[in-house]
Amino acid sequence: MRREKQRVIPPAERATPDLDSGKYLVMWQGPQHPGITGNMSLRLVAEGDTVVDCETHVGYLHRGFEKLMERRLYMQNFPLVCRIAVPEPDFNEYCYAAALEELAGIVIPEKAVWLRTLSLEMMRLASFLMWIGGQAGAFGHGTIAQWSVTMRDYVLDLFEELTGGRIYHMYIIPGGVRGDVPAGFYKRVLETMAVVEKNLDDIELVMFHNAVFKMRAEGLGYIPRDWVDHYGITGPNARAAGVARDLRKDSGYLAYPRLDFQPIVGTESDAYERARLRLGEMYQAIDLIRQIVDMAPKDGPFRERLPNPLYWRIPAGETYVSAECTRGEYGFYVVSDGSDKPRRVAVRGPSYTHAVSVMERLVRGVNIADVAGLMVSLHTYPPEIER
Amino acid sequence: MDIKDFIAPFAVWKRAFEKPFTVKKPIDERPGAPRYRGFHMNDADACVGCGTCEAICMNNAIDLVPAAGREAKDGDSGLRPRIDYGRCCWCALCVDICPSGSLSMSNEYVWIDRDPDVFRYVPGVEAKPWDGSALGYRRAEGYRLLDEDRVPMPELGHAEAVASFLELVRGYSRAQAEKEADRCVSCGLCIASCPAHMDIPGYIKAVRDGDMDEGLRLLYETNPFPEACGRVCTHRCEEACSIGSGGDPVAIRWLKRYIADQVELSDYAKALPRGAAPSGKKVAIVGAGPGGLSAAYYLSMQGHAVTVFEAEEAAGGMLRYGIPEYRLPYPALDKDIGYIESLGVSISRGVSIGKDIELSKLRTDFDAVYLSTGLPVAYGLEVPGEDHPRVLDGVAVLARATRGEELGLGGRVAVIGGGNVAMDAARTALRHGATVDILYRRREEDMPADADEVREAKAEGARLVEKAIPLEVRDAPDAAGEAALFIWNEATMVQKEPGKRPVPEPIPGAVREGRYDSIIAAIGQGPDLSFIAESDGVPVKRFRPVVDSFGMATRAAGGAPVFAGGDLVNDRKDAISAIADGHRAAIGIDRLLYGKGA
Repeated sequence: MRREKQRVIPPAERATPDLDSGKYLVMWQGPQHPGITGNMSLRLVAEGDTVVDCETHVGYLHRGFEKLMERRLYMQNFPLVCRIAVPEPDFNEYCYAAALEELAGIVIPEKAVWLRTLSLEMMRLASFLMWIGGQAGAFGHGTIAQWSVTMRDYVLDLFEELTGGRIYHMYIIPGGVRGDVPAGFYKRVLETMAVVEKNLDDIELVMFHNAVFKMRAEGLGYIPRDWVDHYGITGPNARAAGVARDLRKDSGYLAYPRLDFQPIVGTESDAYERARLRLGEMYQAIDLIRQIVDMAPKDGPFRERLPNPLYWRIPAGETYVSAECTRGEYGFYVVSDGSDKPRRVAVRGPSYTHAVSVMERLVRGVNIADVAGLMVSLHTYPPEIER
Repeated sequence: MDIKDFIAPFAVWKRAFEKPFTVKKPIDERPGAPRYRGFHMNDADACVGCGTCEAICMNNAIDLVPAAGREAKDGDSGLRPRIDYGRCCWCALCVDICPSGSLSMSNEYVWIDRDPDVFRYVPGVEAKPWDGSALGYRRAEGYRLLDEDRVPMPELGHAEAVASFLELVRGYSRAQAEKEADRCVSCGLCIASCPAHMDIPGYIKAVRDGDMDEGLRLLYETNPFPEACGRVCTHRCEEACSIGSGGDPVAIRWLKRYIADQVELSDYAKALPRGAAPSGKKVAIVGAGPGGLSAAYYLSMQGHAVTVFEAEEAAGGMLRYGIPEYRLPYPALDKDIGYIESLGVSISRGVSIGKDIELSKLRTDFDAVYLSTGLPVAYGLEVPGEDHPRVLDGVAVLARATRGEELGLGGRVAVIGGGNVAMDAARTALRHGATVDILYRRREEDMPADADEVREAKAEGARLVEKAIPLEVRDAPDAAGEAALFIWNEATMVQKEPGKRPVPEPIPGAVREGRYDSIIAAIGQGPDLSFIAESDGVPVKRFRPVVDSFGMATRAAGGAPVFAGGDLVNDRKDAISAIADGHRAAIGIDRLLYGKGA
């Protein structure tokens, strides 16, 4: 027996609460909320312990990346872009590099294609491991976070070995990648994957076969399927609603067309279903990493030689490059005017849709205690809302 | 919801007795990965202080600061990068781009200090515990942001080259020049090492931008001989080039030539600035070499009326009479001189000061005089038989070749000496079909000639005899004065004083001889100061006029002030130094004429 889905309140039924009536409590969640939902805030209006109105407030993390990029050399932006989405920087690096390569007409070596794919899938796994800790923690299950964040650190150890950095890898550089895999690296990747997989089995047991988690997550934050196109919902949030949309399959970038996988699709479209789907994508990422280790070329160059980065000019043009990150479609729109700096860079982070428009609608009618869990179930990263 | 959902969560307890994942610092240490990007290290001796790290740093975290105990010198600014860890983002682009490869990073994770100022330090100069760490971020094998390989210059093949006087170096195409210009990092170390302090990064930028007019304008700011210097400059700049600290230096000389070659002489006037209004002052210049004509150019730009007196029948000095056509074709030199003449500079050819006109008369007729007569007198071999008719003077041979006279060198030629004149004479003789031996008293690496010249002379077929001390020239038997025997003593190099270059010592009994149709002595030249009378008041010390920092030798009463420069005065004895001297003297003369200085 599954808990009933949360009813989505249509705009027509929504009344503006009369705050002077004494019936309502106005409260703020954030911007100091601990966890990955921090750095943005929600102004909640509650009647009893039920939220009746919500307004999202963003801007606490605005660092002006897009504007900064317009006054930096193309290569100088390479260490900058990764900071747009802190827990998941590699997708920024990939989209930025791929956009420049497309505009400048550069074809990267085969080995770089595979190492980029490896880096992105390892990032996906690490990002989901951090997320699942947050999801469990939001419902009071702190133990899961202790396990999963440890597993994430094991993946970050691999990143440290491959790229020289744990959080900001700065590995996917325009033209290819910054270095070959160290000796014995693939062996350690496979060992770590085995450890992570075993831990995922434990997490699956205690988190998804858990009465408390089920009671709180089932039916919470139901996203009707027809919202997907209306709001531009992507990633696991869309797939949990039954829309088999995955850029890795649909646009076939990097080495994905040569890897064997199918997008995971759900039906129930609530917080529990989304969590379950993301767990499935973690197993899928481990499987993809194993395939990449098996198929990646062992020899050959890993970077194409580019012009002197101090004067690198890219012919005038514009392009949009996107990739499937853990939250959905991540994209960079880059305009070049023939000079040595980009004319305009616009970043599409999926959290903008999920954390602002969708969140405001879903939170109405939810118990205050479930707001954080709902927010995490949409898997949003405020830093990518504010570029 | 079923019964499992109530029981399964208790599975967490099975982990309660497991060893924790965490590291108990400081009891346990977990070192960074071998590639970890920790704190910076710099090999301060390999670093040249070019500041490319500062240029690429997107956070302005790097400043080039004076480093204790380091002085600026050619190819080293004396500065070293200081990293500000309040700004650094550990991206390591500085390591990736470092031309000398001196920058790297340790794999140190943690650094704690109560004093916030210590987090801004000069790696390699201020000692840190992680200095010399073998681990940490390094540029990966095969990965560089800069191109260490020079774009090869198209040249004639050696067989083809030696068969004619065609120009050996063909010049860059536009694509080649732009690619080569892209290697420059605009550090400016070259500017300091160039005697004329040319704006090298500026004109290389003009090549990248395809703006030849701007390039030419920048060249003429400091050097009115871009065609000549673009071919035969001694290019000290390339020895200072920061890119050369980890690869081939940027081909600065060829890029200069590329700019000058792209603009027709008829278009020069459009690109270059116009001179000042006539000042009414007259300046005499003795010697129409690169130094004299440079002074003429800059003086005429200031509006002064300039007359250049040249003893030879054509202007250009050593550029024309000392450098063979295959290195510096006459049309290229004529282009440089032609532009200077087009500004109204008058060149009186075939007029010798001291013979046709006295220096004292110039001092009366003109408002200032500049002497740049160079070093026209060849040194003798100073061995018995040096006046043998088959012993020729290298500079004279080159001058006769320029005039198109028959050289009559014969089939076997010995060239004595290791300088550029020796190489030019040897390669000229090769082009006249001779077999050539170059005899030098020291080793090949001691030769004052450009390494390129030596390499090419050998490639064209000259035989190099090292450590040969001349002993005597004798009449060859049965040759009736048409050939000579050159006798030399084999030497060994002896390090007499530490820190000084080794000295050749003759090996007793190792006397060799060779029979040659001509023996070309090219062991150096000296000045001809016979035209300077004591009454002219020009101070002379060790066969050189003594000058001040503007090149002024005298402003004694009884005539116009006298300036001097070029090979006559300086130690460098190359065209670019003479050009720099000419420019400097022009500034000095201009200040004096307008009462502005000295």
